[in-house]
Amino acid sequence: MQTVKMVVTGPFNSGKTQFIQAVSEIDVVSTERRITSEAERIKENTTVAMDFGRITVDADLVLYLFGTPGQKRFDFMWEILSEGMLGFVVMVDSTRPETFREAKSILETFRAYAPTPYVVAANKQDNDEAWPIEDLRIALRLAPEIKLIPCVATEREKVKTVLLELLYSILAEMETS
Amino acid sequence: MALKGNLRDFSTTQLLNLINLAKKTGTLVVEGPNQAAQLAFRNGKLIYGQLAQEDGNLTSILHKAGKLNDEQARVLRERAARSTDKELGLLLINAGYVSQTDILLSIRAHVLDIVYRLITWVEGLFRFEQGVMPSEDRITVPIELENVIIEGARRMREWERLVEELPSLDMALKFTEHPNVNIRDMKLSVEEWRVVSFINPKNSMKAIAKQNNLTDLEIRRIVYGLLQAGLVEVIRPEGAPRPLPFGLSPRKPSPPTPAEKTAARGLVNRLIARIRSL
Ligand SMILES: Nc1nc2c(ncn2[C@@H]2O[C@H](COP(=O)(O)OP(=O)(O)OP(=O)(O)O)[C@@H](O)[C@H]2O)c(=O)[nH]1
Ligand SMILES: [Mg+2]
Repeated sequence: MQTVKMVVTGPFNSGKTQFIQAVSEIDVVSTERRITSEAERIKENTTVAMDFGRITVDADLVLYLFGTPGQKRFDFMWEILSEGMLGFVVMVDSTRPETFREAKSILETFRAYAPTPYVVAANKQDNDEAWPIEDLRIALRLAPEIKLIPCVATEREKVKTVLLELLYSILAEMETS
Repeated sequence: MALKGNLRDFSTTQLLNLINLAKKTGTLVVEGPNQAAQLAFRNGKLIYGQLAQEDGNLTSILHKAGKLNDEQARVLRERAARSTDKELGLLLINAGYVSQTDILLSIRAHVLDIVYRLITWVEGLFRFEQGVMPSEDRITVPIELENVIIEGARRMREWERLVEELPSLDMALKFTEHPNVNIRDMKLSVEEWRVVSFINPKNSMKAIAKQNNLTDLEIRRIVYGLLQAGLVEVIRPEGAPRPLPFGLSPRKPSPPTPAEKTAARGLVNRLIARIRSL
């Protein structure tokens, strides 16, 4: 039995748990905790350790999806999580420009730990407050070759598209190296 | 879809960069704690600006620029209060008070003054109103944003923001492939030109700073300006480890064998097939 993993990362509340939940065949074993600090009280629960989803590919291959905790004080986990990953998804909450800078910095941090392919998911595109994709690309300063994919983490088809785009990038990377 | 937020999180310089690169047309409205301002853009060029507490009409602009004296301004305010800027402009040119160039340069200086003030605001709600233009009777002057952005970066005082934007000076720089302007047309300082001359995928920012005796703050400020003006990109320096295909540990020095490559590809294709079928 072989296992491979992909990591879903991004700022607090960007939709990482939701994303993994949308495609995982097991209930995401998230280590959620009620939020205590006032500043972060925009939602009830946050992920404190990591999310963990599974997709069985066939009898001898399993894909695990790991979600990083969103809050900054759990930075120490990222290095461990990123080891040996196939690629990663950076989730961005398109409705909250106050998180863009952090999204960019998470992206750069992960890129430094692991030079594997990645895609950026512009999440919550179903919300009226969402920034348009073209504006997000500039705001996050993503080079044209980096995939920025519109996403609604509550919709499985959208989540599938993001994962497929990441896999296509991984395949393309193999061809060139 | 919306384009709004707070300058705390997304600065005026970043907004100008966005408007420039996306070639936007519309009005940026900013409401700060003590003042409010509007800037209008057409196809990514700044064309007009107004501070909420100023009337911003042509008489005041020319007076401020020293093209009209106090007495002339007073008379015009009394007698020409009802004429639009365009009418007034024609009148003044015909009467030989000012030239067309005087008017255009004065408006340009006025708009730049507003945008540079806005760049120093650290807080304020902004929204971009797509397609909204100043009223027809205003005189607009198109101003390229790249030099405004570079000047904005020079005036930037927030060290933390620069560090957040450019966390690692170990990264290198390269020129963007399709910049909006030719770098030769930029009004760069001697120091900025020196940095530009060292831009090369092999040179880390740290190395460029060392060559030019620049502090971390100085190199960050210069690079930030070039970056926001869309002239350069941050890249991993050449010679840094290349991304590894899956299944090969970073410790393994030998290149993948053809068999390993085929196996890795096969695995990814299985994943693709499975996810498609979900
Ligand atoms: N409208 C909308 N809401 C979403 C979407 N994705 C997530 N949400 C909501 O956004 C909130 C945050 O989602 P989570 O999945 O908990 O985010 P997270 O990134 O795991 O959060 P942390 O673990 O606390 O960092 C929840 O209320 C979700 O229901 C989306 O695509 N559209
Ligand atoms: Mg979570």
